[in-house]
Amino acid sequence: MSSGEFIVRHEQALRLFPTKWGRVRIAVAVALVLAFPIFANSYQLGLANLIFINIVAVLGLNVITGFTGQISIGHGAFLGVGAYASAYLVSVVGVPFLLAVPAAGLVAAVVGSFFGIPSVRLKGLYLAIATLAAQFILEFVFKGWTSVTGGTSGMSAGAPHIFGYEIHGDLPFYWILLAAAALALLFVRNLTRTATGRALMAVRDHDLAAEIMGISLFRTKVLAFAIGSFLAGVAGALWGHYVGYVTPEQFGLGLSISLLVMVIVGGLGSVLGSVLGAIFVTLIPEALTTGATMLVPDASRLTDMLAFLREGLFGALIIVTLIVEPAGLAARWERIKMYWSLYPFAR
Amino acid sequence: MTAPLLEVDSLALSFGGIDALTDVSLSVPQGALVSIIGPNGAGKTSLLNCISGRYRSKRGRIRFAGHDLTRLSPSARAAHGISRTFQNLALFSHLSVIDNILIGRHRRFSPNVLLDGLFWGPSRRREVEAREEVEAIIDLLELQPLRHQIAGTLAYGQQKKIELARALAMQPQLLLLDEPMAGMTLTEKEDMAKYIVYLNRTAGITIVMIEHDMRVIMDLSEDITVLSFGKVIARGTPDEVMADPQVQRSYLGDPQMFDSIAEGRAQ
Ligand SMILES: Nc1ncnc2c1ncn2[C@@H]1O[C@H](COP(=O)(O)OP(=O)(O)OP(=O)(O)O)[C@@H](O)[C@H]1O
Ligand SMILES: [Mg+2]
Repeated sequence: MSSGEFIVRHEQALRLFPTKWGRVRIAVAVALVLAFPIFANSYQLGLANLIFINIVAVLGLNVITGFTGQISIGHGAFLGVGAYASAYLVSVVGVPFLLAVPAAGLVAAVVGSFFGIPSVRLKGLYLAIATLAAQFILEFVFKGWTSVTGGTSGMSAGAPHIFGYEIHGDLPFYWILLAAAALALLFVRNLTRTATGRALMAVRDHDLAAEIMGISLFRTKVLAFAIGSFLAGVAGALWGHYVGYVTPEQFGLGLSISLLVMVIVGGLGSVLGSVLGAIFVTLIPEALTTGATMLVPDASRLTDMLAFLREGLFGALIIVTLIVEPAGLAARWERIKMYWSLYPFAR
Repeated sequence: MTAPLLEVDSLALSFGGIDALTDVSLSVPQGALVSIIGPNGAGKTSLLNCISGRYRSKRGRIRFAGHDLTRLSPSARAAHGISRTFQNLALFSHLSVIDNILIGRHRRFSPNVLLDGLFWGPSRRREVEAREEVEAIIDLLELQPLRHQIAGTLAYGQQKKIELARALAMQPQLLLLDEPMAGMTLTEKEDMAKYIVYLNRTAGITIVMIEHDMRVIMDLSEDITVLSFGKVIARGTPDEVMADPQVQRSYLGDPQMFDSIAEGRAQ
């Protein structure tokens, strides 16, 4: 498909989508996403909104774990920091929504960088434990700092306004969350083709060689945590405003784990993988529920059983995906593209 | 006489009970090609690691272009213009060849996250500039067909060449080469020797090279330092070093080696 095109200038090689077919595919995807609200009902819009939030969060975790190679089991809590910060800024301080969200991202970036400092000394399992500690410490703060967070009962996220209009409901949020996801995608994609992103990946692939090449390990690792938790903070802030309230349960260990699942299933260190992982992990449980209710006539009496089956099947699907495609869904996509570009000679 | 570019003064380094280096000094004039030889485990790589900052020496000083580097981190030493290759491959194995070489240029990027994330203005300009520069290195080392390959998938000799390209991208004043030809085929070795001569004589880069292939060393280098059990046992021109009885003794494994090389040089 993409053969027969020659790259003759550096600017061309540096393009966001260097090949013509790549641009065509993106144009189709953009058109579908823009037209989606016309066909979708409110349930489907809600799912799309969740996917957008997850894309932003997963991109953040991918910067830390996929691009820089630093495992983090505290990512869910970084979302929480952003959610509480933005809710507080909007509902208590009265900061406008559009300012509060990036500000919440910055707060999360500061907190995330702080908890990222151990990565300079710790690797692998030890770093995993250190970030797990961050998860528990932050959860403890969410529950304990009652005057700000409302404790275990949580707090209202306040009514977001843009230029005087109140934002409410699935459709307005569809556009806001879509814009956020698109910006996050562009940002991380740009990092991967510039010096900042190369430094992150150099640290992942060979930290000692990276240091000899003049890359400071301390600065680069902390920077990775700052970028990653900024995106987490933005995702958390948007999520809080979307559902209208913020509670500690939303940002527990379960969220951190499921974000890790999205990164790994989608593909570590792949921007496209972040999208695929977020879609897969958000949609599959829903698809399983829908499928089950269609098969079982009187589903309401079997709710507990169904929930159990759903979790079990979902887990099994993740395992199967990882066995079939250990490098993630993005790698499978690359292979499909390769197959068609060589067709009919590919096997 | 001007001061040497690199001055290593009585370094000492030990691992547990093993003295990897004892009282090692080395002086490298601007523009020189200095070789370090010695049997396996003599401490050659350790010496290079001390110069590039990978190891901290127990004692001794390292001065470079008028600066004391002894206490600096590896990345700070890179900023002074010291670059190197590794004995065991140390490429960024999941990245493309061109990205590997671009990372070698990192110290001259001073990237800004925000500009890079937006790919805007200076960020874009710098990337294009960097590519032009890197293409010159690719042309020099004849790496064109490998440009977009993933570094970790390439053959050993090719990876060694890419390590050299990456080290060059830094535009170093001093280049440290740890066995640049080990494991290469004969043609690859000849090419590598050609590049090293070009870099030293034409591009004017000061080079410190470790190599086991005595023929290569004798042909390329006018100044040889011999290490054995962490100590400098001889120093001088190829002929002086070969004539040294202590050097001959430390290479007992191959007593004929020096004779055959000397014959070759005489012809
Ligand atoms: N990181 C380390 N930890 C422990 N011992 C080390 C370390 N690095 C080097 N050594 C020891 O220091 C001594 C010198 O090793 P070095 O690698 O400098 O030798 P070399 O001259 O480069 O040998 P070769 O020709 O095999 O590359 C050896 O005894 C080695 O075992
Ligand atoms: Mg060695």
